[in-house]
Amino acid sequence: MELFTNQVLAGIATGAIYACMALAVVMIYQAIDHLNFAQGEMAMFSTFVAWQLMQWGTPYWIAFVVVLIFSFIGGVVIERALFKPLAKAPVLTHVAGFIALFAIVNSVAGLTWDFTIKQFPSPFGSAPFLGSQLISTHQAGMIGVTLVLLILLFLFFRFTRVGLAMRAAAVMPESARLVGINTSWMIALGWGMAAAIGSIAGMLIAPVVFLEPNMMGGVLIYGFAAAVVGGLSSPLGAVIGGFLVGIFENLVGTYIPGVGNELKLPIALALIITVLVVKPHGLFGRTIVKRV
Amino acid sequence: MSTVQEVSSAPVVAAVPKKAMSLGPVASLVLLALLAITPFFVKNFIIFQMTMVLIYAIAVLALNILTGASGQFSLGQSAFYALGAYTSAILIEHAGMNYALTLPFAGIICFIAGFLFGLPALRLSGIYLALATFALAVAMPQLLKLGVFEHWTGGVQGLVVTKPDAPEIFASMGLKVSQDMWLYFFTLVVAIAIYIVSVNLLKSRSGRAMMSIRDNEIAASAMGVDVALYKTLAFGVSAGITGIAGGLGAIAVQFVAPDGYTIQLAIALFLGMVVGGVGWLPGSLAGALFIVFVPNIAEHVSKGLSGAVFGVILIFIIFLLPNGARQLAYGVQAMFSKMRR
Repeated sequence: MELFTNQVLAGIATGAIYACMALAVVMIYQAIDHLNFAQGEMAMFSTFVAWQLMQWGTPYWIAFVVVLIFSFIGGVVIERALFKPLAKAPVLTHVAGFIALFAIVNSVAGLTWDFTIKQFPSPFGSAPFLGSQLISTHQAGMIGVTLVLLILLFLFFRFTRVGLAMRAAAVMPESARLVGINTSWMIALGWGMAAAIGSIAGMLIAPVVFLEPNMMGGVLIYGFAAAVVGGLSSPLGAVIGGFLVGIFENLVGTYIPGVGNELKLPIALALIITVLVVKPHGLFGRTIVKRV
Repeated sequence: MSTVQEVSSAPVVAAVPKKAMSLGPVASLVLLALLAITPFFVKNFIIFQMTMVLIYAIAVLALNILTGASGQFSLGQSAFYALGAYTSAILIEHAGMNYALTLPFAGIICFIAGFLFGLPALRLSGIYLALATFALAVAMPQLLKLGVFEHWTGGVQGLVVTKPDAPEIFASMGLKVSQDMWLYFFTLVVAIAIYIVSVNLLKSRSGRAMMSIRDNEIAASAMGVDVALYKTLAFGVSAGITGIAGGLGAIAVQFVAPDGYTIQLAIALFLGMVVGGVGWLPGSLAGALFIVFVPNIAEHVSKGLSGAVFGVILIFIIFLLPNGARQLAYGVQAMFSKMRR
């Protein structure tokens, strides 16, 4: 039983990483209706910027805020420069655009900061949390930040005019435009917010997985898995999905013989496919009814 | 102006008229002649690269049948490519089979695998399908490394495949045909056969059914098209052809290993399709040229920034030629007909 609780705790700790990333994935999906394959690389780049600022002697929280603003602006600029002109292009072209973005960001980061692993500081320290060996204060802090982020997003989407306008623009762009919402800028705003949330995820993940240009590869796949499990249209679902994927991954690794580390990933992916087949819109997603 | 709604309700792929899916007779013959003559004038390494172009062209063509004709996404083609490659390699090395005979087996096994994968994929569309196939592609190398199959697959080490010699008959006729040259022409024949079969498939009743699903699924089912059957069939056919390409790839590279078939291969094939023009079968060749040569060019421009150069080239293509090589070909055609007048 103790083993079980411990593994669940460890699962929640890793799940927090996935939840963070899934939140960013869902944000952008809400705004643009596509999965951004370059999301992880954008987050990685932001994290490197934070690292660079800290190398130059900036205190953690100032660097944190600067990077948040930088990422937000970066997200908006990418949308305006690259994806707005493609707005009418078929979905396939968008996916190709994401791949191009992925290649560019990864390569530029690799050239600027090279591929050696770097330590990234944690604002929460890494002492054991409440005497538990399994969860460090950093991981507890990560869970806390994820939850706070979720609440803020909920409040933003529920109670502010901009949040309402963004939801309207995502659900019914035509009607939103008719009531005077600038849907084009709502999309840019979505990109900016997704980039900012991604940068938070990146900065929280970096102390755990270490900083390097390819650090997001695995995390992004789990983030996708989490977002899909929770339903791509629900931020709450994404966070719960993140924790579920983390716990599931850990339990499977512990209790099913023959599942070593290398099989964890295929199992997470099998989970995506199973959830998609049973509930195509995820556990918390709303079903979209097609009109003929 | 936002187009979220249009994007979500529009078909995945812009409709391609049926006639536009293949190449005219004159252009086909010119292209064929070029493909047949070039190897006699270039070095062996370039012949090898041309063989790889043909192999990727087959794989891109397979994806084109799936996406261009039936409107389904796939980022998982590398999984079927790997399956085909391993089927051929295992049959050659463990069963001692002739390399040419392994290709049908690779095709059939991948057809079955694709058909089976197509069943759950039926419930998914658009981005969800892309994700599910993406998952398949990521999982494949890990599955190939599994200890259970190690006796057959060689585990992480992979398998070495013997390169076939040109048949004796050429030597007895006094012609010296190198291994690379022989393999190139062998691949060319297979590629042409697959191309002809594919063009005819798309012209047939089944092809029309697939395209009607692509253009409007609800209307297609109202017209009596068995949507489930044709969608899974498209998956199966596409996987089967990819498997044959994989088998050829294993023979040409003389080596199969799990890490040769990562998600990057799937992404490359996908890009090949976009660059070649979705739904235009001859574009597959242009797409394959892109896959084989553009990373090299990017590496040439700048070693450290090769990824960035690659990305920038890709963005240029997306912006300048959103319909890929098809647009270019049509542009040239329009120019010719103007000159004639």
